[in-house]
Amino acid sequence: MFEARIDRKVFVAPDGTRRQVLRDVRVSIAGGEVIALLGSSGIGKSTTLRILLGLDTAFDGAVQHRDWRIGVVFQEPRLLPWLTVADNLRLVVTDGMPQPDIGALLEMVRLPNAADLYPRQLSLGMARRAALARALAVSPELLALDEPFASLDPQLAAALADVVGRWTRDTGAAVLLATHDLAQALQLASRVLVLAGTPATLAADVPVPAGNDAATRAALQADLASRFPFFTANGDGLPGASLTD
Amino acid sequence: MGIAGRDRLLSLAGFLAVWWIAARVAASPTLLPSPMAVALFIGRECEDGAMPAAFAATLLRVVVAFGVAMAGGTVVGYAAGRSGRANAWLDPWVVIALNLPVLVVIVLAYIWVGLNDTAAVLAVVIAKAPTVVVTVREGTRALDPGLAEMAAAFRLPRLRRLRHVVLPQLLPYLAAAGRSGLSITWKIVLVVELLGRPNGVGYVLNLYFQNFNVTGILAYGLAFAGLMLLVEAAILQPLERRTSAWRSDV
Repeated sequence: MFEARIDRKVFVAPDGTRRQVLRDVRVSIAGGEVIALLGSSGIGKSTTLRILLGLDTAFDGAVQHRDWRIGVVFQEPRLLPWLTVADNLRLVVTDGMPQPDIGALLEMVRLPNAADLYPRQLSLGMARRAALARALAVSPELLALDEPFASLDPQLAAALADVVGRWTRDTGAAVLLATHDLAQALQLASRVLVLAGTPATLAADVPVPAGNDAATRAALQADLASRFPFFTANGDGLPGASLTD
Repeated sequence: MGIAGRDRLLSLAGFLAVWWIAARVAASPTLLPSPMAVALFIGRECEDGAMPAAFAATLLRVVVAFGVAMAGGTVVGYAAGRSGRANAWLDPWVVIALNLPVLVVIVLAYIWVGLNDTAAVLAVVIAKAPTVVVTVREGTRALDPGLAEMAAAFRLPRLRRLRHVVLPQLLPYLAAAGRSGLSITWKIVLVVELLGRPNGVGYVLNLYFQNFNVTGILAYGLAFAGLMLLVEAAILQPLERRTSAWRSDV
């Protein structure tokens, strides 16, 4: 079990202005759960994610980690430009972790011939897939994904969502997915959390029915979209609305 | 060789020609010897071993002082770049050291530490390290916070972080500090030797100055400058290219 309680998160600007972005956000994640953290852009999804990952400790509250192995995909690929793709994957594998099959991982994210390429030789879409492979290389017990499929074309996004889904089924890993794409979240998630308000708090915590019950999912999507108008504004959350790479 | 390379050679030949003509006009071998006379002098000094011995003594001081200044400057610069408080403490010292005349540092080191090589190297380090600090501090501030966060998220061990995440980002700055550092270091070492060492190129230059031997001064000065240019072209520049190999097309 992975538990976090964020009572308050305040950003202090260089000029001393204080802006509270989060209040009373409680998140618990059990093994095998796929949790989608939804909300409009700028609402505080990334901030929540960073706090959960222990990257931001300046907040009121507590995060209880068990020593889970964590694999992360950031919004930007964040590959080391001076290492090849394969070496980028090897870099994050530390002592005591199972040795990953680099070739198989790259195959899985559809980058079969990229092992010896440098990041600058990859397109943005390829680099994001390499970043996903890197997160999987640590055999994560928690896979944290920050808008991992944005700027990928819909087909590729669906394929990678499939990779993530299969990974959790096969390994029992938990997934925490921050996204503004409601349809995608419902496809992947077993539970949906919605951040809303100023300062943002958890406005909804809804389990997603298992299986391929498209009708139930559509009903849930319609319900959430009516309660949180930002899902329909700007076309966010509609299938195919993401930018192509 | 490209056109630029040919022009460089022509320009160098022009320099020698001007020197040669000036020597002819001056018609005073003691005041301005011809290029040929200087070359012959270098040959003689190499043959009897005086020049290699002086070069060896100076090179040793350059290498030690350069190494200490680079290592110390890098550590201090990294600390100053990482922490605002460390920088607040270190910055005034760096500013003072940067603005202290090198001559003052050398003389004080000799008075306080004694006329020995420890004082000589110390003086060079104090004069040189601040520029390394400033360059490395700049590089540290330019470190990509996204990559640091990635390393933290994956819980990379400290050593692996330094070696694979931090160091590659600092290398261009270290290379720049190293290149400008070498040319500053050897020039300071000559002054240090001139003021208080019984051997080395600076000592020999002082000797020839006392004897008003312009040929000797030109011979040692130019030969050592040439050697330093060679070190830079043969060692430092290839090293710099290698550290940035990942930027170019493979």
